[in-house]
Amino acid sequence: MDLSLTEDQQALRGSVAELFEKQATPERVRAAEAVGHDAALWRVLVQSGIPTMGVAEELGGGGATVSDLVVVAIEAGRRVAPVVLPEVLTAAALLAGPAAGADLLAGVGEGTVLPTVALRPLRDGTAGPVAGAAVADVVVALDGEELVVLSRREGVAVEPLPDLGGAAIAEVSTAVWSQRLVLATGDEARRAHADAVSLWRVLTAAALEGLRQEALRIGVDYVKDRHAFGVPIAWFQTVQHRLADLATAGDGAELLVHEAAWARDAGSVKAAALARMALLFAGETAFATAAASLHFHGGYGYTLEYDIQLYYRRAKAWQLALGAPRYELRALAADLFAGEAA
Amino acid sequence: MDFTEHDSLAEFRKAATAWADEHVDPAWVDLEHTTGTHHNPELHALLGAQGLLGAGWPAQYGGTDVDPAYALAVFQEIGARGLRMDGWVTTEMVARTILHVATEEAKQEIVPAALRGEVVIVLGYTEPGSGSDVAAAKMRAVRDGDEWVVNGSKMFTSTAHMATHVFLLTRTNTEVSKHKGLTLLLARLDDPGVEVQPVHTLGGQRTNATFYSDVRVPDTLRIGDVDGGWGVMRVALVHERGTATAPGGPTLVEQVAAWARSAPGADGAPLLDDPTVAEQLARLAIDEEVGRLLGLKVRWVASTGGMPGIEGSMQKLHSSEAEQRRVDVLTDLLGEQALLAGDAGPLHGAVEWALRKAPVSTIYGGSSEVMREIVAERRLGLPRSRPIG
Repeated sequence: MDLSLTEDQQALRGSVAELFEKQATPERVRAAEAVGHDAALWRVLVQSGIPTMGVAEELGGGGATVSDLVVVAIEAGRRVAPVVLPEVLTAAALLAGPAAGADLLAGVGEGTVLPTVALRPLRDGTAGPVAGAAVADVVVALDGEELVVLSRREGVAVEPLPDLGGAAIAEVSTAVWSQRLVLATGDEARRAHADAVSLWRVLTAAALEGLRQEALRIGVDYVKDRHAFGVPIAWFQTVQHRLADLATAGDGAELLVHEAAWARDAGSVKAAALARMALLFAGETAFATAAASLHFHGGYGYTLEYDIQLYYRRAKAWQLALGAPRYELRALAADLFAGEAA
Repeated sequence: MDFTEHDSLAEFRKAATAWADEHVDPAWVDLEHTTGTHHNPELHALLGAQGLLGAGWPAQYGGTDVDPAYALAVFQEIGARGLRMDGWVTTEMVARTILHVATEEAKQEIVPAALRGEVVIVLGYTEPGSGSDVAAAKMRAVRDGDEWVVNGSKMFTSTAHMATHVFLLTRTNTEVSKHKGLTLLLARLDDPGVEVQPVHTLGGQRTNATFYSDVRVPDTLRIGDVDGGWGVMRVALVHERGTATAPGGPTLVEQVAAWARSAPGADGAPLLDDPTVAEQLARLAIDEEVGRLLGLKVRWVASTGGMPGIEGSMQKLHSSEAEQRRVDVLTDLLGEQALLAGDAGPLHGAVEWALRKAPVSTIYGGSSEVMREIVAERRLGLPRSRPIG
């Protein structure tokens, strides 16, 4: 057992924390809300090799482990950075498998191709709302028996949809995304897509964990500062105890996220179940924390001027990109409890 | 990070199982359930006689050459067979405190006998009027020559009806602030002034109320300085926990899930086929995994030489609150089957029993309110909210 980050990971954390703090300021986050994507931030990430850092070195990537990617996603989440990082990293992982994806993967590394991934398989030619699709050049999707890369014909525009968390959402349908490149077929396609969605769960859980940590910090700082009835509101036990419960759940969420990443890297049979657990618990804890933190701001928390509302919206939005949590819970139950009847 | 947990006691498991097969009488488990006493004198005496209680202790105080890892594996195996050793848990805690703070005379008189299994010590901190606020103890001790004369009462003195000594938190000075007038005394329970009355609990455990009238304690069994009791309590409350985990059987959630695979619901189909049932069990499994990880963090901090005070509070807070959420959900999930106790119910009444014993988890060993206070002040840096007194 070793619950500390490696020295390399600590260094990585330091550098990406600085990057996101500078490049994803609250002003930049607000400015990017309508589009859901900050192109300047994206260019910096490309220069740092982040979009392909999880791809094997022999394929031109950074050879990072999932545990390393989690370190980056936590820092991106902490600043609610306006790029769909978990989707980009997941799409890059899908392009890195088959030879057919090589050119596109190179484009992702160079910054000429912005990819995203449709988490739900296409049904009747549509994958529903997909984060990143309003700005992406390509969408990796599972369409029946085929894992495909969808793109648009020249001149075909995509219609951005207004959304809760500023995530560049657009409907992905084969009518608009009419060009397709097949990456894999049959079982191989299904397995690759399922595995990629599992990776997305871990990375999104990590982003939510970073968001949670910052939402808690914002709330704790505020209650220490704000006075009511002649004392800082941090003095009240109802405030303290709710924050203590959230901090406790938060330690659990942090551990679960790292455990899910470790399980993937180690090839554990529990990896898929832990990825679902991490997403569900990190999402629930992040939203509870952001909601409490907003509440402790009183009326100011309800105004757009304070940053906590940025966290409140994304705490819910990021997890729901996959769909309703009840399906995740049912799938988790199947992962955990399917077996011989007692 | 690496979440692999190696069983540090792996090499001793087989021998521990063999020891339990030879010595543990399965009837003791039923006896524990019927009496509600979490201490078996026969077992305790045997562990003492075989040197298992003294494993790892200094030889000059009765320590034996039994490997402490083997002894711990035996204790865990005893626990896995459904027997609790509360008498040893409290005796060990006090004996360690004695080694830290008592006089040489007291160490020689108590510790070797405790390790032989002849002295069993229970805790006398809580009183009818004070629990979480432990320093508010009112029990009076007055000096009379070489002795102390003790008057007062203690609550929840579990195992007192089976023990030889009680570790009493007494007030020896009423002229100073409440933390400064406390002294710890080790009183004999066979003193004619001691009265032990049983108190029965919701979870089936028998505990006691104990009453003390003019009970005499020699000054040689004063543990720590006069009026220095709060410092002794701080030693006593930081009792070391083993860093090895016992081999885990299936959790209650896993047992219920396995049962729900075939047990029919109201529509006749297996309960687990009901998506709402599956969702609830999955949620509980997440809660359990989070609790396991928080426990892992406590052991990790301890293994790196740190003091896992905050982490321990978080783990205690989460696991006890999660236990109460869990029994609420599981009893509802079982419906009318959850009403049935013992062998009449599914899983030998485990869920019915779980509901009855759950309330104590957020009360003893530091209430949830105390745990939240520790997290709020020490992790989040929030100001102390309760009055200082």
